[in-house]
Amino acid sequence: MSTLTDLTQRMASGEVEIVDLTHTLDPDFPVIILPPEFGQCARFRMEEVSAYDHRGPAWKWHNISMSEHTGTHFDAPVHWISGRDVPNGAVDEIPAEKLVGPVVVIDCSEGSAQDDDFELTPEIIEAWEAEHGRIPEDAWVLMRTDWSKRRGADYLNMREDGPHSPGPTPDAMRLLAEERNIRGFGTETVGTDAGQGAHYTPPYPAHFILHGAGKLGLQCLANLDQLPATGAILIAPPLKIRNGTGSPLRVLALVEK
Amino acid sequence: MTTPLTPPPKKNPLKRSLTPTSPPGVRSRATLGLTAAAAEGRFMLQTCAECGTVQYPPRDACCKCLSVDLPWKDISPTGTLLAESTVRTSTNLYFRERAPWRLGSVQLDAGPTIICHVHGDVAPKSRVILSNRLDRSGQGVMMALPEQRTPDMEDDPELRAMSSDPKHRRVLITDARNPNAPTLAKALHDAGATMIFVGEAESWLPNPQRDALTAIPGVEIMALDVTDTTSVKELAGEIGGKLDILINNAQFVRPGGAMARGDVGFAQDEMEVNYFGLMRLAQAFGPGMCSRTADGVNSAVAWVNILSAYALVNSADYGCFSASNAAAYSLSQNLRNDFRASGLRVMNVFVGPTEDDWHQELPPPKVLPPAVARSVVQGLKDGLEDVYCGDVAKDMIERFRAGPKILEREMTKGQQG
Repeated sequence: MSTLTDLTQRMASGEVEIVDLTHTLDPDFPVIILPPEFGQCARFRMEEVSAYDHRGPAWKWHNISMSEHTGTHFDAPVHWISGRDVPNGAVDEIPAEKLVGPVVVIDCSEGSAQDDDFELTPEIIEAWEAEHGRIPEDAWVLMRTDWSKRRGADYLNMREDGPHSPGPTPDAMRLLAEERNIRGFGTETVGTDAGQGAHYTPPYPAHFILHGAGKLGLQCLANLDQLPATGAILIAPPLKIRNGTGSPLRVLALVEK
Repeated sequence: MTTPLTPPPKKNPLKRSLTPTSPPGVRSRATLGLTAAAAEGRFMLQTCAECGTVQYPPRDACCKCLSVDLPWKDISPTGTLLAESTVRTSTNLYFRERAPWRLGSVQLDAGPTIICHVHGDVAPKSRVILSNRLDRSGQGVMMALPEQRTPDMEDDPELRAMSSDPKHRRVLITDARNPNAPTLAKALHDAGATMIFVGEAESWLPNPQRDALTAIPGVEIMALDVTDTTSVKELAGEIGGKLDILINNAQFVRPGGAMARGDVGFAQDEMEVNYFGLMRLAQAFGPGMCSRTADGVNSAVAWVNILSAYALVNSADYGCFSASNAAAYSLSQNLRNDFRASGLRVMNVFVGPTEDDWHQELPPPKVLPPAVARSVVQGLKDGLEDVYCGDVAKDMIERFRAGPKILEREMTKGQQG
């Protein structure tokens, strides 16, 4: 039996499960907030073009608009200044084989439940490796925080001094991008960086280090609690937008039961 | 004495709601001068430039010297009630439904005798003040009011038919995040509004004004984002059937003209909120409100747009914002046409630069929230269509009337916005 036939049979029988890691594109889903004098991330919007009526008797359709970075979305290296000269760094240039691949999940849900500003550190990564083995090269690394279960104001968790949500330290990002040579890094929060990520050196280390090294980003993921620590396959192809810096997308994982 | 209005009972669901009817709305072009004056609450009459005769009704030539040079001038509104009558039945549907209706003739101190509506508290042959008001067909009509204020005089049925008084009415303020929202809500409560819905966009962001708003009796915060068609439709589905006054205070403002900005990002936001926001609200709430303009004491009466005075002429420092407000102003004129048959009044409040973060670099005078709230509430009580709030707005409309091209040239000196 060929590998793919075997896979489809196992998917049909439920031995391989497909987990949807995507939030619904909803006009009221939070987006990243910048100081108001900067340009802002557009919210998802939908305008009816026709609905089986005088505007189009047999069909219903909508025009939609949003930012490249709205909802569950993909960050390409050119999103950040550090990645602007990375070859094939825009979403339309990233080779297709980078869009399907192995994924490991580092569970930080317990720490994040205690501390809104929980940090993913090299120590946590090394402790994870002691249990699950070394992070394989060219794998996606996802940081599970269960943040996707939060709703409303608790999601951005905005206070007078900015948002508070978990994320990686600069050293953790250097370890993943430079020593483990990962494919990309993904989170459940509104960005790959911590809410207070502006106060690290360099500011926004996940963006700066990850994209500077030509790696990919995923954020606003959901259902990471349904993934195993190792062994799953991530399917994360962004829309093929010319010179796009990112894209909303449907993220799926294949999980062996 | 006027019998004060009591809070209306809950609606009997077995009774059909009255279909709105209008008083006669046809006027000569000359007479529309009266409507234009009434729209901003002014008492003006044609005054002959040749012989000085003040005349009424408006004509194309002077009734004394036949001059056609007949500028409209502010005239003292005082006079004496000469005769009066009460109409108890009429072939006109609008008045038939509202009979009895008091009419009279007033000898104006300035000269002419005027047939007019008469307030219930005016004593026979007494001194009166003539008020030039918009009726429900949106035309200027004269109404005699007592010379001195009387208790509850706003509740007189003839006067209330011409005003947009918030008393006993239910109001929606569209933007809970606008710095003017708490003051506006408080002023409406003080004016007798029973329910004050306040729309709040993006409840996932903190709103420091939330506590101040919810402390006001009658205030209910509702999810509403004027840039999101679904959200506007959902709220209209929820409260659109009992909304009497809609106040659109949603506004997106950033400094800068087209060349200073170099992209269309903020301009799109400005159009989404200031122009498309108004359009979405009108499409969602307009039909329901228009169908309820004859619905008793708490009938739908007014649609209020809080616009920038820069809708009248572009201000270079806020070039793109001005353009979005000009678009909203033009759309409000379209709504006036579409709401006309129902009698739902569109009131535009033109506001000068406001005291907030985005006008920080402008020198005073700047408009504070209490001034906006006063303009809105007084405008509603007087049944106006056009209100100019703050010194800048008042100055702007004066200069606009003196010569739009001159004003444009003054405002476009060539400084980079």
